[in-house]
Amino acid sequence: MGDQTGIEKSWDSDPKAWSKPIKPLEEKWKLVPAFLQVKGLVKQHIDSFNHFVNVDIKKIVEANQTVISDADPLFYLKYLDVRVGTPDIEDGYNITKATTPHECRLRDTTYSAPITVDIEYTRGAQRIIRNNLLIGRMPVMLRSSNCVLAGKSEFELAKMNECPLDPGGYFVVRGQEKVILIQEQLSWNKMITEEFNGTVQCQVTSSTHEKKSRTLVLSKHGKYYLKHNSMTDDIPIAVIFKAMGVTSDQEIMCLIGTDTETQNRFAPSLLEAFQLKVFTQQRALEYMGSKLVVKRFQSAANKTPAEEARELLTTTILAHVPVENFNFQIKSIYVSLMVRRVMTAELDPTAFDDRDYYGNKRLELAGSLISLMFEDLFKRMNWELKMIADKNIPKVKAAQFDVVKHMRAAQITVGLESAISSGNWTIKRFKMERAGVTQVLSRLSYISALGMMTRVNSQFEKTRKVSGPRSLQPSQWGMLCPSDTPEGEACGLVKNLALMTHITTEVDEGPVICLAFNAGVEDIRLIGGDVINNSKVFLVFINGNILGITISYKRLVQAFRMMRRKGRLGPFVSIHTSHTQRCVYIHTDGGRLCRPYIIVTNGKLAVEQRHIEELKRGVRKFEDFLHDGLVEYLDVNEENDSFIAWNEADITADATTHLEIEPFTLLGVCAGLVPYPHHNQSPRNTYQCAMGKQAMGVIGYNQKNRIDTLMYNLVYPQAPMVKSKTIELTGFDKLPAGQNATVAVMSYSGYDIEDALILNKASIDRGYGRCLIYKNSKCTVKRYANQTYDRIMGPVKDALTNKVIFKHDALDTDGIVAPGEMVVNKQILINKEMPAVTSINPIEQSGQTSQIPYTAVPISYKGPEPSYIEKVMVSANGEEDFLIKILLRQTRRPEIGDKFSSRHGQKGVTGLIVDQEDLPFNDYGICPDMIMNPHGFPSRMTVGKSLELLGGKAGLLEGKFHYGTAFGGSKCKDIQDELFKHGFNYMGKDYFYSGITGESLEAYIYSGPVYYQKLKHMVQDKMHARARGPKAVLTRQPTQGRSREGGLRLGEMERDCLISYGASMLIMERLMISSDAFDVDVCKTCGRLAYCSWCHYCQSSANVSKISMPYACKLLFQELTSMNVVPKLKLQNY
Amino acid sequence: MSTNIQRPRLYMDEHKLKQDPHDYGLADEPFNLETFKKKFQIVVVKYDGNEMEFDMIGVHPGIANAFRRLMLSEVPSMAIEKVYIYNNTSIMQDEVLAHRLGLIPLRADPRRFLYKTEESGDQGNEHDTLEFELKVKCTRRKDVKDSSNFDTIYKNHKVYSGQIKWLPKGKQSQIFSETDVGCIHDDILINQLRPGHELDLRLIAVKGIGKDHAKFSPVATAFYRLLPEIKLNRRIEGKEAFLLQKCFSPGVIGIDENDCAYVKDARYDTCSRNVYRYPQLENAVTMARVRDHYIFNVESVGALKPDVIFIEAVKVLKGKCRKFLEEIEAA
Repeated sequence: MGDQTGIEKSWDSDPKAWSKPIKPLEEKWKLVPAFLQVKGLVKQHIDSFNHFVNVDIKKIVEANQTVISDADPLFYLKYLDVRVGTPDIEDGYNITKATTPHECRLRDTTYSAPITVDIEYTRGAQRIIRNNLLIGRMPVMLRSSNCVLAGKSEFELAKMNECPLDPGGYFVVRGQEKVILIQEQLSWNKMITEEFNGTVQCQVTSSTHEKKSRTLVLSKHGKYYLKHNSMTDDIPIAVIFKAMGVTSDQEIMCLIGTDTETQNRFAPSLLEAFQLKVFTQQRALEYMGSKLVVKRFQSAANKTPAEEARELLTTTILAHVPVENFNFQIKSIYVSLMVRRVMTAELDPTAFDDRDYYGNKRLELAGSLISLMFEDLFKRMNWELKMIADKNIPKVKAAQFDVVKHMRAAQITVGLESAISSGNWTIKRFKMERAGVTQVLSRLSYISALGMMTRVNSQFEKTRKVSGPRSLQPSQWGMLCPSDTPEGEACGLVKNLALMTHITTEVDEGPVICLAFNAGVEDIRLIGGDVINNSKVFLVFINGNILGITISYKRLVQAFRMMRRKGRLGPFVSIHTSHTQRCVYIHTDGGRLCRPYIIVTNGKLAVEQRHIEELKRGVRKFEDFLHDGLVEYLDVNEENDSFIAWNEADITADATTHLEIEPFTLLGVCAGLVPYPHHNQSPRNTYQCAMGKQAMGVIGYNQKNRIDTLMYNLVYPQAPMVKSKTIELTGFDKLPAGQNATVAVMSYSGYDIEDALILNKASIDRGYGRCLIYKNSKCTVKRYANQTYDRIMGPVKDALTNKVIFKHDALDTDGIVAPGEMVVNKQILINKEMPAVTSINPIEQSGQTSQIPYTAVPISYKGPEPSYIEKVMVSANGEEDFLIKILLRQTRRPEIGDKFSSRHGQKGVTGLIVDQEDLPFNDYGICPDMIMNPHGFPSRMTVGKSLELLGGKAGLLEGKFHYGTAFGGSKCKDIQDELFKHGFNYMGKDYFYSGITGESLEAYIYSGPVYYQKLKHMVQDKMHARARGPKAVLTRQPTQGRSREGGLRLGEMERDCLISYGASMLIMERLMISSDAFDVDVCKTCGRLAYCSWCHYCQSSANVSKISMPYACKLLFQELTSMNVVPKLKLQNY
Repeated sequence: MSTNIQRPRLYMDEHKLKQDPHDYGLADEPFNLETFKKKFQIVVVKYDGNEMEFDMIGVHPGIANAFRRLMLSEVPSMAIEKVYIYNNTSIMQDEVLAHRLGLIPLRADPRRFLYKTEESGDQGNEHDTLEFELKVKCTRRKDVKDSSNFDTIYKNHKVYSGQIKWLPKGKQSQIFSETDVGCIHDDILINQLRPGHELDLRLIAVKGIGKDHAKFSPVATAFYRLLPEIKLNRRIEGKEAFLLQKCFSPGVIGIDENDCAYVKDARYDTCSRNVYRYPQLENAVTMARVRDHYIFNVESVGALKPDVIFIEAVKVLKGKCRKFLEEIEAA
């Protein structure tokens, strides 16, 4: 392994440093699958959802546990416990049965579990305890702890019609698979110093369960101010300090810093407070009170502005900094620190924070998003219960007021369901309004589904043209895939996780705080005066809050790391030092990106070969590596505080702290498919990442049981000849999307220009590129309020011939198409009829149902090519209507214009399909399946593709798969040796004969197998032409678009060409005669439109003449007339 | 065999093929029937079951290629063209199943059949179609328990080509014997079934040519290559000789008792040109191919013997020539 000679050379150069040679750890990549078993990829979604369902939901309910009424002081409702059950489905009133995700997919229902609570409340004077009361239904994430799939074996999964390779981590809502995308946002509770419109400012976005607010400290004309949304004006910083009880200037200066420079800089700010005559806390609060934003709804309790300002200062401004009993000490230190940050940044531009730095980012997962939504809904429910109680308790009724009767489960159920299915996350409390949080899981290919689970969506506006947030950040290293991002407007904003990334879930900070105090942190509350600004003292932060100070930060950090490695501290607790800010940051919050590394101490690896052997034998798991302190997780901040070696050769005894587990893990799932990506020009890998998602193949073992709206399958999918470790780890070799085509790199026939491909007809005959396309068609059979219902009628027979009419040819006797039948355009799939009157209009003559008029609403098949009926499903959906789903199938063989792509971002359409005998053949009689033009190589620089071909060819001869793993894989020289051994040219070039002339080709042809993907874009779905066809009703112009059999537009630019050419008659023909020519009568006298040769204005037909004009023009005149604008036409003879 | 001058060569350089300086190409060789008769030669080198190797010497590449092309695409053979699916409850789609069945090579002499025409209708007649049926039902064996091996617990869970049954049409049962008609290989896996799955198919095989669909091609492959020729330019001995030997296919380079390399037999060299990998050997060898010596390889699918396929190809060519002549004369 590795570059042996390189290592030896470096020993020679510095033998002392290499007292003991570090042997490369063999097969340390085995740690990657071990990691993927417990963490990574989709596991973070599942972990986060589990955390919500098992921990967070209880905290939320506990925090909002009592409901009291203003009407009755004795009334209360108290939540004792909350649980989320296992998913079930309501089959009729109060009857539930356990369900599986697949059933929900098929029946268009939601895969959800009941949320039950135990409550204690009063009914009159009675105290009642009710257990297991349903308050709503929670959509359950697949493979989460509450899902029926959790911990099931492959066989059990198969019984439930579930693919064992399906990653889970999504929801099934109303039959649709929905993913809550990972949302990227700026870290909360973190000071970020930056320049904004020329002013230096330090901002903090505080976030607690109750409040979210943004506070700024900025410098303006040499003075410092605090800015907050709730205040109309910027408040001078000295006033803020005084309002917080730090009234004397000396105290303020102690907080800010007492060196002369600082004093000079801060003096104007102090002066400002003096000028405002603010000397006392009361005066300062009054000043702030005068600047408050006037609230629209004044709360009931009347408070003075000063009291309100104090309230604001306590709860809203810097909401995350705790204030107990109006003791503002910590908050004042926090504010002083913000001022300090602004000051340093003013003097030293390097002190600015980088917004795009990944240490300053947090990723929000499904769990936290749902928890926000649930909390909102739960609070709303409780508020409504309170309102009901307030309203109903005073009323005297026979039955005593019973809250339970007013608890409606539908509110939470519908709230969660519609949020997930629409993707609109609206939480009024936080003024949060986000659209597109969820997306339908793309099931084009297995990789597209998997890729979607790792997608990270940035909250940044897509339309803004700034490069900062879009460009590759060095701190993304190993956390986010550098290749996988879309092109175009979302470029760099939508990202994907790398293979080994894990997103942390929240850990309780209490024990961590205790440890910090034990490790030599002095509580900030016990510190006064100038100490915090001492240059030897380091401030200690925990989750953005000031915890205390320390003099020996190294000891603190060391203690923390030691405890973590010994397993006494959560593995995701991170600690890092910022030397410029003289701070130690401890983080235990959720949403941080982190990644495991092998620990290196004094140039020695913690992981030894025997550990790997134990792993291989299965006696050691990834967790054991963590517990034994061999491997640890580093988040972005701590990663930047470490010295990480890329491979064993890079380890230096004095500096290196960690070793990369495997370099290929820095790529994501999609980029991991590319063989030899490190030999390709980087955009090519990005292109492949986008195209891998459009490739067809196998989407899961359960694909035959699914009834999707659209599914593309390959008839004979193959695992690639050149694999990568990622392919094996993600299971792509089990659910492949492509075929190995024997490619000859040469030009042929001229139909291969511009990346077009030549295909071998015999290969196609034998099944290359053959694909199946499944579509579905569905309808519901409803019951209406007026006792009428939809019906399905059998096929209609022709009265004369007594044969079933053409439209009903495929129908079975029950009026639904029979499986196996072929349907062509306009044939009917379900012969449904609907009652003409469905509104509430009770039918008098009950029993005479036959007289109800019905209108036919058949579901018919549309498409130029026929389809076959794969299967028909009849079931009931959530609303207890009949649900009929029909799966339609088409088999297609490749044709000219179908799109193919290799795994190197080299896409092309089929240019020509050539008979086998016309294709070149080599000394072995091999004809290529595909010919690719060599011009595709020089400008694209996809050397990886050449290597894939070579590796594939050698693999065929040797009967094995070669590896093209990133930063590794089979060496070119080894592959060449193999080819050599088997009597093939070592450069992969073969002697070919022309199939047409029979002569030898002058050049040797580079040929061998390359994995090609068939992409979903096929001519059959795109081809369109029209000579005549439908017209739009309003304008009488041809309709738009292929689906409506629309016309082909002669646009402005084409029109300009015709004008400049002077082809006026052609313009007339195209724009009017062939479009919407219309004969109108025009009155020459008044210039208005006339009707039937009669001018209504002139009351005569004397001067009316007939002209042709576009109907749209006539329409415009009429519309103008309706607005009291009179268009007049002047007619002239010519 | 003839001398060097009469046998033009193509020299294999490192990166391209080079012509002999005295070779003026094919255009300069006017066709003369007498010299052609004298020069032309066919030597059968190997004939082993369905595979044949023969040499065609002294012929224009166009003609040699014509035979290759005809064998691939215009010599007829029988293949399943229509599948009537009465029942298919397996997981395989009807179209895919039909496609797979079509590709099964059939044992039936196409010379004894006519091309199917419109007149013979959907089902065809005894002269132009063969009919088969495939009726398989998978069941669970009741007697076997405690096994997870599908072979033991299921009956008929794999459908092989051997299960296809011939249904003689009209007088076919008198003309053909059971051994004349059927699938060539009995072990082609067509489909896999599970208990309850059933196949009930009627298969119609017709005569067709490879141009229409690859399944009608009578050969697995038919191709030719030019005879390789290797010449050592200098004495190569010792280590170099062994290296040289490794650069060619086994048996091409021999090493004598003096550890000196000599060309034993160039015929089966794969022409890998791997000597160019070693700069020291680059100029030691001249590799060439005889331009008019074609080594044909015909690998039959099994319905016809390879020599018959070649003769059929000649007949097709003859027919084409005749038709062409007729057209010229008619004009």
